Amino acid sequence: MPIKTKFEVKLGAATREAFGRTLVELGRENKDIVVCDADLSKSTMTTYFAKEFPDRFFSIGIAEANMVGIGAGLASAGKIPFVSSFSAFVMNKGFEQLRVCAAYPKVNLKVVGTHSGISIGEDGPSQMSVEETALACSLVGFVVLSPADEAATKALVRLAAAHVGPVFIRTGRVKVPIVYSADQKFEIGKAIQVVEGSDVAIIANGLLVAQAILASETLASEGISARVIDMHTVKPLDREAIRRAAAETGAIVVAEEHLVDGGLGVRVAQVVAETAPCPMEFVGIHDTYAESGQPEELLEKYGLVARDVAAAVRKVVARKR
Amino acid sequence: MPKSIEELQAICKRVRREIIEMTGAAKSGHPGGSLSAVEILVELYFDYMRIDPKNPKWPDRDRFILSKGHAAPVLYAVMAEAGFADTPIGQLNTLRKLGSVYQGHPDVRFIPSLEASTGSLGEGLSLALGMGLGARLDGRSCRTYVMLGDGESQEGQVWEAAMAGAFHKVDNVAVIVDYNGIQLDGFVKDIMEIAPVADKWRAFGWHAIEIDGHDLPAIQKALRLAQATKGRPTCIVAHTIKGKGISFMENNPKFHGTAPSPAEVALALQELK
Repeated sequence: MPIKTKFEVKLGAATREAFGRTLVELGRENKDIVVCDADLSKSTMTTYFAKEFPDRFFSIGIAEANMVGIGAGLASAGKIPFVSSFSAFVMNKGFEQLRVCAAYPKVNLKVVGTHSGISIGEDGPSQMSVEETALACSLVGFVVLSPADEAATKALVRLAAAHVGPVFIRTGRVKVPIVYSADQKFEIGKAIQVVEGSDVAIIANGLLVAQAILASETLASEGISARVIDMHTVKPLDREAIRRAAAETGAIVVAEEHLVDGGLGVRVAQVVAETAPCPMEFVGIHDTYAESGQPEELLEKYGLVARDVAAAVRKVVARKR
Repeated sequence: MPKSIEELQAICKRVRREIIEMTGAAKSGHPGGSLSAVEILVELYFDYMRIDPKNPKWPDRDRFILSKGHAAPVLYAVMAEAGFADTPIGQLNTLRKLGSVYQGHPDVRFIPSLEASTGSLGEGLSLALGMGLGARLDGRSCRTYVMLGDGESQEGQVWEAAMAGAFHKVDNVAVIVDYNGIQLDGFVKDIMEIAPVADKWRAFGWHAIEIDGHDLPAIQKALRLAQATKGRPTCIVAHTIKGKGISFMENNPKFHGTAPSPAEVALALQELK
């Protein structure tokens, strides 16, 4: 269902903030929710949970591999553990443990990476996570979620807690435009069409959903009807929404704040190739590490704003026969 | 049901024969580090741990994690002897074969009674700490035991976990280091020296005990001491002999990761009569 006709950019909470708040609500509802953090609780926002439930919060220190292992052990003991750190650290330093201790035995572990993408800004590339979608999707049996805004994060964190099995959630540092009303319904593996359109489909997630909506409005004034789909679940993909978009519009742009190698784009392209092949273009980070700067400056410089999405749409529409 | 020393020794002998037979049949696997751990696992599964093989998911059971997962043959043989339904004793010789529950390294997908899938070294203690913390939150008195290899102690995650175990006072977890002195490439002291092992654990805030890992009463005594120690976890450094029980395998690095040939199987079984 289309939920926007005229998109007005109004900033809501950062997705990490929404994660931290939702974790406290979950903690109140279920005593089995436990949390581990690796010395970044004031940044991942698990600090809210730590303050309210000190007995169910475990400070692991700067030791992400150990944190993932302890989380897996807590899950084996019947708990619903959320382990959190910057995406760059929990995914890269904890990857081996995510594979062998969480994915392989399929334990009920929830992993939340914050400060994803290049929009963390000034800290620079060592802290920027631009490959975790690829890594997370390579973990067998994991559900991989990438919420666009505050309401999406609240809903998806709740769905992650209710889901039995390992989940990775990608969240960001900066305040993000509000895309959804608080009562928007979400379902794991079910994409949301946020703008109707028939000439081309823009499939996006995270920060790029708002940019895609903005782009669709510019394009409408040029006579291009662009459908916008929020693919908040990167794994398992909503294959039917992708097939329909490809078949009905005949052109697809995928937009994400991630390396184009191994991200949402290549996963969508696989489904398009298998179902209804059509021209595609990809908005993302192209084989480079970014740099320090303000988030808006970086998104602009590395081609992740509405302007870039619109340019990709024009290109793909021109390729349609 | 507590067993006499004689009964435990008889089980150890059967387990050693099974390790030789199953690795011989598989033509691959890790007999040396399985044989060094026999007494420790037999003491745990047949005497010390509170377990019920007929009810393997009993929430208050004690737990054992073989962090040095390559020693799977000793764990399989001991669990089969103990009578877990998903470790049939008649199938031990299918070790490592397609479709066997006896996978190359312990795999909970095939044997749900296992507490963890292991095989990538350095990870078991972190899992054990999670289980220990979970049990503590639930007010359960169960204990979690984790066996580490000596070579495995070269993994950094072991020491991350050692720090965390002492910091969070996870005294319902105990580590047992199978200190047989040999790893794949040779003697531990020549590959990457880990000594002094007990002092390292003490420096990390643990209670450490050194024992002869083939002495059943000594193992039992150490497990009691560990359980009686509150406020900090215990590490039992068990001095063992790689390939223990078979003359030509003892202290021989070749048998870390090489199965005995048919002739060697026959010789070994002669010695284990």
